[in-house]
Amino acid sequence: MVQAAMTGTPTNTPGTDDDLSTTPSTEPVHPEQGAALEIRGLSVSYRTRGGIVRAVRDVDLDVRPGEVTAVVGESGSGKSTTAHAVTRLLAPNAHIDAGTIRFGRHDLTTLTEAELRTVRGARIGLVPQDPSVSLNPVKRVGEQVAEVLRIHGLATRRSAPAEAIDILNRAGLPDAATRARQYPHELSGGMRQRALIAIALAAGPELIIADEPTSALDVTVQRVILDHLQRLTEELGTAILLVTHDLGVAADRAQRLVVMSQGQVVEAGPTRDVLADPQHAYTRRLLASAPSLATARPRTPVAPPAQTGSTPLVEVRGAVKEFRLPRAGGGSRTLRAVDDVSFTLHRGQTLALVGESGSGKSTTARLVLRLTDATDGHILFDGEDVTTARGAQARHLRRRAQLVYQNPYASLDPRFSIGEVITEPLRAFKVGDRASRLARARDLLDRVALPASTLERRPAELSGGQRQRVAIARALALSPDLVVCDEPVSALDVSVQAQVLDLLAELQADTGVAYLFISHDLAVVRQIAHQVAVMRAGRIVETGAPEDLFTHPRHEYTRELLAAIPGRRDDHDLRTRTA
Amino acid sequence: MRRYVIKRLAQAVGVLWAAYTVSFLVLDFLPGDPVTAMAGAGMDSGQVDPAQLTALRHEYGFDKPVLVQYADYLGKAVRGDFGDSVSTGRPVSSTLADALPQTLQLTGAALLLAVFLGGGLAVLATYTSRRWLRQLLLSLPPLGVSVPTFWVGLLLVESFSFRLHWFAAFGNDGLRGLILPAVTLAVPTGAQVAQVLAKSLLTALDQAYVETARAKGAGRWRIHLRHALRNASLPALTVVGLLVGQLIAGSVVVETVFSRDGLGRVTAAAVTAQDIPLVQGVVVFGALIFVVTNLVVDLVYPLLDPRIVVAPGRKAVAV
Amino acid sequence: MSRDLVDDTAADAALGFARPVEPGSDPGPAHRVDVRRILRFLVRRPGLLLSVLLVVLVVLASFWPGLFTSRDPLTGVPSQNFRGPSGAHWFGTDELGRDVFSRVVHGAQLSLKATLIAVAVAFVVGSLIGLVAGFVGRWVDDVLMRFVDVLLSIPALFLSLALVTALGYGTVKVAVAVGIASVASFARVTRAEVLRVRQAVFVEASRACGTRWYAVLGRHVLPNAAGPVIVLATLDFGSAILAVSALSFLGYGAPPPAPEWGTLISDGRNYLANAWWLTALPGLAIAATVLATNRIARALDGEWSRQR
Repeated sequence: MVQAAMTGTPTNTPGTDDDLSTTPSTEPVHPEQGAALEIRGLSVSYRTRGGIVRAVRDVDLDVRPGEVTAVVGESGSGKSTTAHAVTRLLAPNAHIDAGTIRFGRHDLTTLTEAELRTVRGARIGLVPQDPSVSLNPVKRVGEQVAEVLRIHGLATRRSAPAEAIDILNRAGLPDAATRARQYPHELSGGMRQRALIAIALAAGPELIIADEPTSALDVTVQRVILDHLQRLTEELGTAILLVTHDLGVAADRAQRLVVMSQGQVVEAGPTRDVLADPQHAYTRRLLASAPSLATARPRTPVAPPAQTGSTPLVEVRGAVKEFRLPRAGGGSRTLRAVDDVSFTLHRGQTLALVGESGSGKSTTARLVLRLTDATDGHILFDGEDVTTARGAQARHLRRRAQLVYQNPYASLDPRFSIGEVITEPLRAFKVGDRASRLARARDLLDRVALPASTLERRPAELSGGQRQRVAIARALALSPDLVVCDEPVSALDVSVQAQVLDLLAELQADTGVAYLFISHDLAVVRQIAHQVAVMRAGRIVETGAPEDLFTHPRHEYTRELLAAIPGRRDDHDLRTRTA
Repeated sequence: MRRYVIKRLAQAVGVLWAAYTVSFLVLDFLPGDPVTAMAGAGMDSGQVDPAQLTALRHEYGFDKPVLVQYADYLGKAVRGDFGDSVSTGRPVSSTLADALPQTLQLTGAALLLAVFLGGGLAVLATYTSRRWLRQLLLSLPPLGVSVPTFWVGLLLVESFSFRLHWFAAFGNDGLRGLILPAVTLAVPTGAQVAQVLAKSLLTALDQAYVETARAKGAGRWRIHLRHALRNASLPALTVVGLLVGQLIAGSVVVETVFSRDGLGRVTAAAVTAQDIPLVQGVVVFGALIFVVTNLVVDLVYPLLDPRIVVAPGRKAVAV
Repeated sequence: MSRDLVDDTAADAALGFARPVEPGSDPGPAHRVDVRRILRFLVRRPGLLLSVLLVVLVVLASFWPGLFTSRDPLTGVPSQNFRGPSGAHWFGTDELGRDVFSRVVHGAQLSLKATLIAVAVAFVVGSLIGLVAGFVGRWVDDVLMRFVDVLLSIPALFLSLALVTALGYGTVKVAVAVGIASVASFARVTRAEVLRVRQAVFVEASRACGTRWYAVLGRHVLPNAAGPVIVLATLDFGSAILAVSALSFLGYGAPPPAPEWGTLISDGRNYLANAWWLTALPGLAIAATVLATNRIARALDGEWSRQR
C-alpha cells in the first residue's frame, strides 16, 4: 500500500556505514556505539482532496540502544507521522517521498510488506496513543499478548498463554493471570496501557516506538507507566523513540531531544543542552509556554485581594450531588459525585478546582450554574440562595453567570456564523437591536484579539485557539459577574494555551469578572488562580493560595499530584540516568 | 442470567400482546364494516341480505361492545385460537400450521444464501486490494436492494425455466423447485447483509486496535478475519435479526410469483378475500417470528461481545 | 492513522494562531448555494449525474406524460399485439396491442403519486413522533417509543397488508398503508438525531447563556437534526416505490386497465414464455428509478457533506 520511493539515496548495505550521511552537527555519532535506528532525509506526504500535504520534510533522527530519544512538537508538527513511517504503518494516502530508515542491516523503506511483517512486533514494538481504543474489545487480554508470539513463531499454541501471563507480569500488570483472562473493558486505562506495553515488549524488540503513550491518562498514572517503561528498557537495553507533545515528559525521560515544527526538525541534541541553551526560536517559545516548566515564568497580574466583609459572589455550602446508578441486585446504588463541598469565590477573583478525571470538579461547576440539581446543600449567588432557583430567578442567574467549555470544537453550533454565536446571549435576553448587538459583537471580538472579519465566518474555519476566543467572547457578551471555565485550555496546544490564559487574566483585570476555573493541570492553575481547591473523589481535600499549595502541600494527595507533574525532576536525577 | 432471560421473555410477551392489539385496532376498528366486507367478498353482486349480515355479526360477536369483543378475542388468542377463516371455515391456527413448513424451507434457504453470499461479498470486497474488483463488488449490494423482488423472480423464471429448462417454473417440487425462489428471496436480504457488513468492516479496519495488530506484524488476512470481522459481525447480526421478519413477509410476493404453496400464498389469498381472522393471525405470527429471532439475537449477543454485561436484574448495558 | 492527517490539516491554523484571519477571503453570506460547486461535484460523479437526470425525467413523465409519448396508454391496436421492442414501440406492445412504453410513462403518474403520499405520511407522522419523544423525553419518550417498537415488530409488508385489508383497494389506500408501515423508522431516526443534538455541548452552551427552549429547538436542534431525516426520506422514496409496486403486483392497487407499474408486470406475467418485454422492461423502469433515488440518498448522506 505504501510505496517506498528511493529518490537518489543509495540503499545502505552493511559495512558502508561511513558513507551514511552527515549526522546532525549537535551530536556526533560514535561509530563504536552505533544507532539502533537511523533516519536520514525522511520526507512523507499525504494526498488529500486539497492537494499534497507535505507532513514530514527531510527529517534526520537517531535512536541508540538503551536510550530514550524524544520527538517533541505540537499537533501537526509531523512527529506522529515520522514515528509511524519507521515501520510504514501509515495511512493509505501517505507516501514516503524520500529518505532512508536504517534499522540493523535493513533499510525499512525498501522492504516488501511481507519482510516488514517480520520486523513489526518482533524487532520494533509500538505503544500506541490511546489505550482505550487500541486493544481489540472482543478478545481477551492474554490472547492479544500471545498473538505476537504466535505470529512470530516464538511460542506454540500451548506455551503461548503461560508466556503471555509472564510478559504481562513483567509489564507491571498486577495479578496478571487473572487479567489475562479478562477483556479490555474490564481494565482501567493504566492497566490497558500496561497490556499494550506488554504487547510491544513481548517479542523482545530492539526498538520501541511510543506514540504519546500517556497523554490519555491521568498524571499520577502517567508517571507510574513512564517509570515502568523506562526501567524495563534500561534493564533490557532497548532503544525507545518517544513521541510527545509534552516537553515536561520529554525532559524527564529522554537522553536526547528532537524538536519538530511544521514537518521539520528545528533542533536536536542531548536533552540537557537543548533545555539549557535552546538555539532555535521555536524551541525557546515552546519552553516559555510549557506550563509545567514555567516555574521561572512571571505570574500573570493578580487582582487586588477581596475585600473581606463584602458578600462573596459565590458561596457553596455543603453541596452534595448523587447520581443514581442502574440497580444491581437488591438495593439501588448511588454515586456521590460531589460530597459535601464548600467554598467561596469573591468578585474579581479566580478560584481553581483541581482534580483528576472523576473527582467531581465539573459536576460542582454545573451545580453552581444550575445546570444540574443539587441533592443537598446550598448555593448562594451574590447572597441569594439559588439552590433551587426556577423561572425568572434562574434566568437572572443565567444572565450573570456564563460558561466556557473545554472543547471549543463542540461548544459552537457548526451552522452558526461567529456573529450569531456571540450575539446569541444578547438575543436571548433581548438586549438592544440587531445593529447594536452586532456592534457589541465586534467590540467583543476586538477584546479577544480577533479581527472583525471573523464575524462572518463559521466555527469550522477557525483554529482551536480562535474558537476558544470566540467562546470567551460569547461568555462575556452580557458582562457577567462570573464565568465558569471548564478546562478551557486542555484541548489546545501549549503555545496557544499560554495565550488564552493571558487573555483570561487580562479580561479579568479589565472587567472585574470572577472565574471558577476547572482544571486537571496544576501547572496551568498556578498561572491563573488566586485560590486553589484540590478535589478528589467528590471532596475538597485541600484549599489554599497557589504559592502555599505548591511549596507546602499539606495533604498527601496534593503532594502526589505535584510529584507527578512532568518536568519537575531535578537535574541530579537526570544526570544519574544519563550516566 | 436467568433473571435476564425471564425479563426478556416478559418483554417479548408484552410486544406480542401490543402487536395483537394493533392488529385488532387496524382490522376490526377502522372504517369499513368488517362484516359487510366479509359477506361482500364472497358474493358476486354488491347486494347483501340484511338478515345474513345480522347473523354474521352475531356469529363473530360484532354486536357486542368493542371492549368486550377485544377481551373475548384476546382470551381466545392467548390459547392459540384465532377463530375460523371466513373463506374456508377452517381454524386459522391450523391453516397457518399447514402452510408453515413450506415457507420455513423457503425462508431458511434464503437466509442461508443471504448470510453466506452477502457476508462473503462484504469480506472479499473489503479485503481485495484490486481497485476494480472492490468497486465492482461494492456496486452489487445497492443494485440488490433496488430491484423489485417479483421482477427478479420473473426474470429468473424466464431465463432458467423457459429458456434453459434447468428448473421447474412453478410449484413445490423438492430441492430443484426451491432454488429459484430461495435465490429470489435472498437477493434483497443478502444485499442488506452485505451493505451492513461491508460498512462495519471498513469502520472496524479503521480502528486503533487494527493498527496495534499491524504493529504486531500480523498479516492482512489475519487482521481481516480475526480482528476486524469479529467486531464487525456484531452490527450485522442485529440486522440479520431484523431481516428474518422481512423474509417471512417477502414470501408473500415470492410464493405468488412461483405459485408455491405456503404462508405467503395463504396471506395473499386472505387479503384478497378480506378474511380478517386469517390476516390477523398472519400479522401476529409475523410479530412472533420477529420477537423470537430478536430474543435469540439478544441472547447470543453477550456471547460474542463481552462488553454487553448481563447482570442479574439489569438490562443489558453496553459498557 | 487518520489522526495524523487531521492534525496536519489543522496544523497551520493551530500554529498560526497569532496570525489574523485574512480579511481578503470572505466566505460570503450564510446559506448561498454555490451552483458552480454543485455542478463540479456532479460532473465528477457520472453515476450520480445520471441518477439525477433519470429522476427528473420520471418526475416530468408523471406530470406531463405527453412530453414523452403521444400514444394512448389504454387503447391499443389489436392487430399489432405482442410486437417486440422496436423503433416504433420502444418497449413493444401487449396482448391488446397497447404500447408498453406509453403505459410505463403514464404509469409513472400513478406510481409517483402513491410514492409521494407514502413518504409524506411516513415523514410527517414519524418525525413528529420522534421529535416529541426526543425533545420532551421522560415518560412521553417511553410511551411513544414502546409504540414504535410494536410497529417495528410487525414486518412492514404484513402491516401494509393488514391496512389494505381494512381500508380496501386503490392507489391512495395502498400508499397510506405503505406510509404507515415506515412511520416507525422515521420516528427512530428523528428521535436519535434530536437526542444527539440535544445533548451536544453547543446546545447546553446555548441554554446556559439563557436561550429559551423554543429558540433552542428552532435555532439549534431542528437545523442540526434535519440532515439524516432528509436522507432517510430520500432512501424511503426508493423503498416506497418498491413496496407500492409489490402491492399493486399482488393486485391491491388501482383496478385495471390503469397502468400502475406493479400491475403492468403482473399483467405481463401471463405471457412470460412468449413476450419477455412485458415484464422485463417495466421492471427495469422501476429498478432504475429506485437505484437512482438510492444513489442520490447516498450522495446526500456522505459525499456531499464530506466535500464541504
